[in-house]
Amino acid sequence: MADVGRYVIKRCLLTIPTLFGITLVTFVVLQLAPGGPAEIRLQAALSGQREARVTEEIIEQTRRLYGLDRPIHERYLRWVARIVRLDFGESYKDHRPVIEKVWEALKVTLVLNVIAIVASYVLSIPWGVYSSRIAGSLVDQVVTVALFILYSLPSFWVATMMILFLGGGEFLDVFPTYGFRSYGSEAWPLARQLWDLSSHIFLPVVCLTYGSLALLSRYARVAMLEVVGQDYIRTARAKGLGEGSVIFKHAFRNALIPLITLFANVFPALIGGSVIVETIFSIPGMGKLGFDSVLARDYPVIMAVATISAVLTLVGILVSDLLYMVVDPRVSFEGQSR
Amino acid sequence: MKRATGGFAREVARRFREDALAMCGLCLVLGLFGVAALADLLANDRPLVAKYGGEIWFPAFSNAPEIRDVDFAAGPLRPGDWVLWPPVPYGPTTYDLARRLEPPTRDHLLGTDDRGRDVLSRLIHGSRVSLSVGFVAVGVAAVAGVAAGAAAGYWAGTVDMVISRAIEIMICFPTFFLILTVLAFLPPSIFWIMLVIGLTGWPGIARLVRGEFLKLKEVDYVVAARATGARSSSVMLKHMLPNAMAPVLVSATFGVAGAILTESALSFLGFGVPPPTPSWGDTLSQSRNYIEFAWWLTLFPGAAIFLTVTAYSLVGEGLRDAIDPRSAPRKWSVVFDPSSLPRPVVRGTDEALASRRSGAPGARP
Repeated sequence: MADVGRYVIKRCLLTIPTLFGITLVTFVVLQLAPGGPAEIRLQAALSGQREARVTEEIIEQTRRLYGLDRPIHERYLRWVARIVRLDFGESYKDHRPVIEKVWEALKVTLVLNVIAIVASYVLSIPWGVYSSRIAGSLVDQVVTVALFILYSLPSFWVATMMILFLGGGEFLDVFPTYGFRSYGSEAWPLARQLWDLSSHIFLPVVCLTYGSLALLSRYARVAMLEVVGQDYIRTARAKGLGEGSVIFKHAFRNALIPLITLFANVFPALIGGSVIVETIFSIPGMGKLGFDSVLARDYPVIMAVATISAVLTLVGILVSDLLYMVVDPRVSFEGQSR
Repeated sequence: MKRATGGFAREVARRFREDALAMCGLCLVLGLFGVAALADLLANDRPLVAKYGGEIWFPAFSNAPEIRDVDFAAGPLRPGDWVLWPPVPYGPTTYDLARRLEPPTRDHLLGTDDRGRDVLSRLIHGSRVSLSVGFVAVGVAAVAGVAAGAAAGYWAGTVDMVISRAIEIMICFPTFFLILTVLAFLPPSIFWIMLVIGLTGWPGIARLVRGEFLKLKEVDYVVAARATGARSSSVMLKHMLPNAMAPVLVSATFGVAGAILTESALSFLGFGVPPPTPSWGDTLSQSRNYIEFAWWLTLFPGAAIFLTVTAYSLVGEGLRDAIDPRSAPRKWSVVFDPSSLPRPVVRGTDEALASRRSGAPGARP
């Protein structure tokens, strides 16, 4: 198992150039864009004053204050040098440390996404196993079509529809549709807090879940059907094994493999999807933080959000590779370099 | 042996026609094209044909001084005059503040928005934005992806390494966030939207083309073409590219669906085409301000987006199955085509895994 450690280290080292690339692209995009934070900030600050004019001089001063007057490569290298020490700087908007803002947001996003991932795997795998046994039946066909429709529904549409019909207004009022928890809920007893939290995140989690649920169910079904048709399953049946043993010991494990590869796809897709869902439900997670900081030209926060999303994506890929090894003992990660 | 694609194409078309769902999707797509092309005939606040002052005019298409200022909807016509209205007698930007936020009625079949504009008319004209964004963005992505993929697959070595790294970086990127960031900083315009969506879509296609080119490079007729001294450009364009296009076509079809979805999500967040151009996402985003009651502003534009995206993904699936009938029915790849996303790159053990993965539905044969 020492190989695993070495493999993980090797993989982590290999992600470093990728991370560099991602941060470099984001950095360059931000720096080349017109309308820098200096201008935006000054406009905001001066908009209340009469006869306020943004002079070249003031802009220049502000740029110097934020270090924006340096050449781009120098700024990037400085940024990297700070990131290595996990110093993401201060937000331009409220001067709080970026790492603090991001950590708060990340906790929220991780709660949502972990629930969404667990829910979609927990619901889709049993359905995959079951539907492979009733393949071709009416129920199977109806559910397959329903899942197809579910998968094609745009999440921002579903979110708005749910707010419209379930979130008060003229129709049903079942769920709160704003934020992560009720105002002042910190003082409530734990059970009530939990209830408050779950009613707040129910709709967003549904929005994040249904797409991957539909995708995974479909793959689980196909994978099970494929495995059940293999020779070794016939052999297992022929030697008189019980059906349960055949399905769960022989078929299920092999069917899991493609589902686990999908983890590498589902995880980043969820993080990306969070931008829309969190913005719609006003949930203070990474997606909303990213969106708000783009609007405010809050460079340090944008950079931090992009970097951390990229790290999470790379971690997702790594985790799915490791899970791969767990379900498929034939895969070994010994250093057989090419 | 130079091009046997004629027979192949016919075979693919035959298999595609047998796929009822794919044909439904194709009909829907063609119908949408029709709506987009005929938008001015379907929804217009000017009559299509009118007899006015003893002469026949086409007010919807003419700006002749005699009729420019005539309000055909206003009052009783003079005897002998007549007008032929389009099915939806409202333009996409015709507003009527007295009738804002009306639920569907006989006058406004899908209701009106917050400026009293007809939702149906805006949806009809909005189809133009969706379709053009879908096609131009995917066109950009396909050209960039094919060029990069072909170069990487053909020249290998340093070129391949650089391009492959770039693909890897782009694939790990939080794409939607990148698009949002770029667009937030650019002046609002449909061309930027198309370009940016296109430029973030190339890595998937590049990877496909690279894979195809790596395979094709070893094929006899390509080796023969190179041996006869044909120029690289001619080998790539004439001999290899036509044989690598089938998977690109499938990926591009899904790409159109994805681009349409991205555009409407952007419009929904307020980064779409600038007003007053109608777009589906824009109408949907208006509904957020009236979320308590304005169900017609949510339901209809969302349904339009959903149907379009579904239609393209049905066509994409049909094409994929028709091109490679042996492929396992790995369905639905609308939002993210799994083949365009990172397969875990297990370095050094790729060969060990290849056998497993090729059997997996998530892997491309």
